[in-house]
Amino acid sequence: MAKVTVRSESCKSCGYCIKFCPKGVLAVGDKVNSKGYEYVVPVNLEACIGCCMCARMCPDAAIEVYK
Amino acid sequence: MEKIYARTKGIRDDMVDGFCPGCMHSTVIKLIGEVLEEMNLFDKATCVLGIGCCGLHMEYITYDNTTAPHGRACAVATGIKRTNPDSLVFTYQGDGDFASIGLAESISAANRGENITVIFINNGIYGMTGGQMAPTTLIGMKASTAPKGRIAEEHGYPMHMCEILNQLTAPAYLVRTSCNTPANVIKTKNAIKKAFQNQIDGKGFSMVEIVTSCPTNWGLDPLDALDYIEQKMLPEFPLGVIRDK
Repeated sequence: MAKVTVRSESCKSCGYCIKFCPKGVLAVGDKVNSKGYEYVVPVNLEACIGCCMCARMCPDAAIEVYK
Repeated sequence: MEKIYARTKGIRDDMVDGFCPGCMHSTVIKLIGEVLEEMNLFDKATCVLGIGCCGLHMEYITYDNTTAPHGRACAVATGIKRTNPDSLVFTYQGDGDFASIGLAESISAANRGENITVIFINNGIYGMTGGQMAPTTLIGMKASTAPKGRIAEEHGYPMHMCEILNQLTAPAYLVRTSCNTPANVIKTKNAIKKAFQNQIDGKGFSMVEIVTSCPTNWGLDPLDALDYIEQKMLPEFPLGVIRDK
């Protein structure tokens, strides 16, 4: 079991995490944060394997990973 | 469940950095924070920031930092290191700062083999000032001062700082990495760690050149900018260890 969390206020929706997640866990959500970015949310959390690819790529240190 | 990847304590917990979406300055700053945390060096670290986007994070990082006059980060770092030899002193500079305005100070510090570390961000363009051509701009790459793209006959060729410094005797470690894939992010982190360790071991001048993107001034979506790095930047700036002694 693994999971990722995304800090909605830190996310700028660059999409790096979505591109490099091998399991399609993340997607751009439909809500915007205070800066106006449609922040990324986990949509397929049960598929997460805790590989941390998303967190390593995230420029804004918005993603933390649990396993 | 245990947290296996945490936000580093090297950056403020209560702040969002001021960089554009997809900007890899923040990736590198995150990596520096992770390395300092793993090496337990927050109390000893002093970062000398260049001018430009590379100085945007002065309030975002949690360790000591100062900002040098434009291009002179290596000279300022020299002074700090010589007067505080127990400190870990590193510069954080972009290509305009390190390779253009500060070229004399950069090469001189490398030539003296100063025991400092340089983190050099190469995205081929001036960021903060509005996308002007940098020494590292690729042939054909558009910039606000080269609207038809860089032309060799008119503007010269992109400068390869690792290879230029490799002509000198003194530098200890010259490496070029990127942040365009998770594998390259890990390699960048390891290179920064090695460069810091070199300084602790007294080996002298180390430089980590990191090829990154500037989606805003390249006029590209962050994901398209990743492809641009892979297809255009890396053939011109091949990754790897140029010197390790």
